[in-house]
Amino acid sequence: MGSVLTAGELRKGTKLEIDGEPYLIVDFEFSKPGKGQALYRCRLKNMITGIQFDRTYRSGDKFNSADLEEQQMQFLYSDGETYHLMNTSSYEQIEMPAAGVGDATNFLTENLNVDVLLFQGRPIGITLPNFVELKIVKSDPGIKGDTASGATKPATLETGYVIQVPLFVEEGEVVRIDTRTGAYVERVKG
Amino acid sequence: MRSEREILSAKRRNLEIRSRVIRLIRGFFEEEGFLEVQTPILTGAPAPETHIVPIRADGDRFLTTSPELYMKRLLAAGFERIFQLTQAFRANERGRVHHPEFTILEWYRSGGDYKSLQDDCINLVRHVCRALAPESRPFFRGSPLDPEAPWERYTVRRAFRRFAGWEPGPEPDEDRFDIDMVEKVEPKLGFPAPCILEDYPRSQAALARLKPGESDVAERFELYWAGMELANGFSELTDESEQSARFQEALSAKQASEGISYPLPAAFLDSLKDLGTCAGIAFGVDRFVMILSGAGELDDVVAFPPEMA
Repeated sequence: MGSVLTAGELRKGTKLEIDGEPYLIVDFEFSKPGKGQALYRCRLKNMITGIQFDRTYRSGDKFNSADLEEQQMQFLYSDGETYHLMNTSSYEQIEMPAAGVGDATNFLTENLNVDVLLFQGRPIGITLPNFVELKIVKSDPGIKGDTASGATKPATLETGYVIQVPLFVEEGEVVRIDTRTGAYVERVKG
Repeated sequence: MRSEREILSAKRRNLEIRSRVIRLIRGFFEEEGFLEVQTPILTGAPAPETHIVPIRADGDRFLTTSPELYMKRLLAAGFERIFQLTQAFRANERGRVHHPEFTILEWYRSGGDYKSLQDDCINLVRHVCRALAPESRPFFRGSPLDPEAPWERYTVRRAFRRFAGWEPGPEPDEDRFDIDMVEKVEPKLGFPAPCILEDYPRSQAALARLKPGESDVAERFELYWAGMELANGFSELTDESEQSARFQEALSAKQASEGISYPLPAAFLDSLKDLGTCAGIAFGVDRFVMILSGAGELDDVVAFPPEMA
């Protein structure tokens, strides 16, 4: 169980449990109308579904902080619907539905170490390392003579995801990618 | 992390505007024949208000939550037009437009009522804005504002009917009233000119007198600009027994919610027998400066916000 919070302790970034689900406060405003009571206006984001809504709380309202924990795990393999991961310190294996993995799947390769977010022991999200190195499996050669700086072309990664890379990057090369933006950073010398 | 030097340097323009605004306010009231007064910051008996929590200072003293009671004691003693610029303190208030310590402007007119204060607001705001233009113009969260445009005027009833879809009676449910006020009504008020929201339900009269011939509402108004409350004024309640009853009710509510027995402001109640018809208003100077400098939050117009203090 998480600890108990009062409305006065809520802030942007606070994680709460509401109706059995974890929520993140993405926007927060203290309000006090005229001679009225203190009110705490929150924009809440469901940490599993991503759905957002606004809710106003009063001074007396109490909450349970969300019981969240992050563990480092190694991605083992996926059978399409289920992702299998292993805790790197306890070697315990867990299964995670593809929905929970979300867009992380674009840059996820076997044996990669990731941070898994657990809500009440249940995996609900994956945070990739900020940078990953992935192989280009398909990309048409750049047009010769096209040296305009900033020109890019599509390239398919070993995960199947397509990114934009500079024209000089060739099929078979390994590139570094910023997973927070999904952008190409540089070529990695093999 | 930015250094203190960088943080303060970045506020230079706003602090210069702040300084000019304070001088302009003083000039305005001097022209209008008001006397500037100073009253205690340390007080034994803060005004009992259900939702304003005083900060305890020293033994049985509190930091003032507003100079209101002292101002009215001066009026009762025959001072006719007075104003004050001072710091006021309220516990547990911290937000984009709330600081536990803030600069408050109060002015009082004997013989006047809340309508005369509304005229003062129009004249004061326009006076300050005209003097600051064209170098600096009122602006808030992406919206240019214009105090020269006509000022809208809503009764609380009409504003709720229009923006919240229901009409509050003399004693509306407090939660429903407060939540709809901040979610539905306030965000619509005061574009591009300030807006006057007046005639509050009787249960929200605070220290205002009830409207003669319409006792469901109090002669209380709030000034809004760009969705933000700037001032609260009223025709003052001068009936000692009614004021005493309202204080007793607020003191019991505070005993229940805060667990503290505040003393009844006896000297103030005693002065009411000499207090004639009058009106007074509290005006948030920091928020006014925010709008005049186009700042997004109080932290931008105060040199040292609470966390730096």
